[in-house]
Amino acid sequence: MISRIIHRPSDVGGRASKFFIPLFALVIVAILLAACQQKIPKEALQLSPDSLDRRQLQTRVFDTTDETELISASAALLQDLGFNLDESEVSLGLVVGSKDRDATEAGQVAASLLLAVLIGAAVPWDEKQKIRASVVTRELEGRNGYALRLTMQRIVWNTQEQISRTEPLDEPEIYQEFFGKLSKAVFLEAQEL
Amino acid sequence: MKAKLPILWTSFACLLLVTTGCQTNSRDQALATSESQLALRQMQTRAFDMTNRNKMLRTIIATLQDLSFVIDRADAELGSVSGTKLDGYQLRMTVTVRPRGETQLLVRANAQYNITPVEDPEPYQQFFTALEKSVFLTAQQVD
Repeated sequence: MISRIIHRPSDVGGRASKFFIPLFALVIVAILLAACQQKIPKEALQLSPDSLDRRQLQTRVFDTTDETELISASAALLQDLGFNLDESEVSLGLVVGSKDRDATEAGQVAASLLLAVLIGAAVPWDEKQKIRASVVTRELEGRNGYALRLTMQRIVWNTQEQISRTEPLDEPEIYQEFFGKLSKAVFLEAQEL
Repeated sequence: MKAKLPILWTSFACLLLVTTGCQTNSRDQALATSESQLALRQMQTRAFDMTNRNKMLRTIIATLQDLSFVIDRADAELGSVSGTKLDGYQLRMTVTVRPRGETQLLVRANAQYNITPVEDPEPYQQFFTALEKSVFLTAQQVD
């Protein structure tokens, strides 16, 4: 059937282009559908070489024997920083919190509006975000004290309610500020791992 | 005009071929697994020579943090931990710990990547390798 369409003697060019347009559309549909069988990236559950650096950035050691005090101070600090507590399990040394906030950035809005004027279509920009934080304490082996590790991440939604970003928050300043405040709250020095 | 009909049919046939891999009733997903349950359980489970459940749960939490997860919830009584990793994707993982006989703990993990279950052995193998390193014990395959 295909060869008949392509080799028809009269106006070959027109017929061929009529055939290729749906073919193109099909290829695009096939690519889109292939995405519904997405696979987990190979490195997703593999310890990366920089996992040690990240652990150091996110962890501080507190010279105390009172783990519960450390967790409750962390919970209070999370509240101070505007987080709502989602989950806690003191016997495992865990507190989890999250907050929903504005994610609009002036530069991005300006770029979207400019692009919208140029191409004549609405271009979404980032609108809101959910920031999640989990604090985990762990008794140190071979020495006194507890290690406390904070990990943070965020999901960002754009003005069309689509997820535009999912990422860990790895800025050192965030962690330094958190540990500085926690150190003041528990009257203990936050030592590097 | 005549030529349009076969083109349409060809397109439709191709579309059918392309979508044969897709589902017809999405409610079937509620209790569906694509791999056989036994094979899945085998790749998701390891036994460790250890009896301290609390310590194992804490080690699992630390391992998940090493792998860039943020912990969602944990229950010491039930022996379960769940976490989410966000890195351009959403990877959700639940790990449970149960006693196995008098001397061992059974650790089972399952993960979902965005909206699909993780059913390859390799990611689980990587997770247990990371867990082995933190717990200083060998993860044993369970039949």
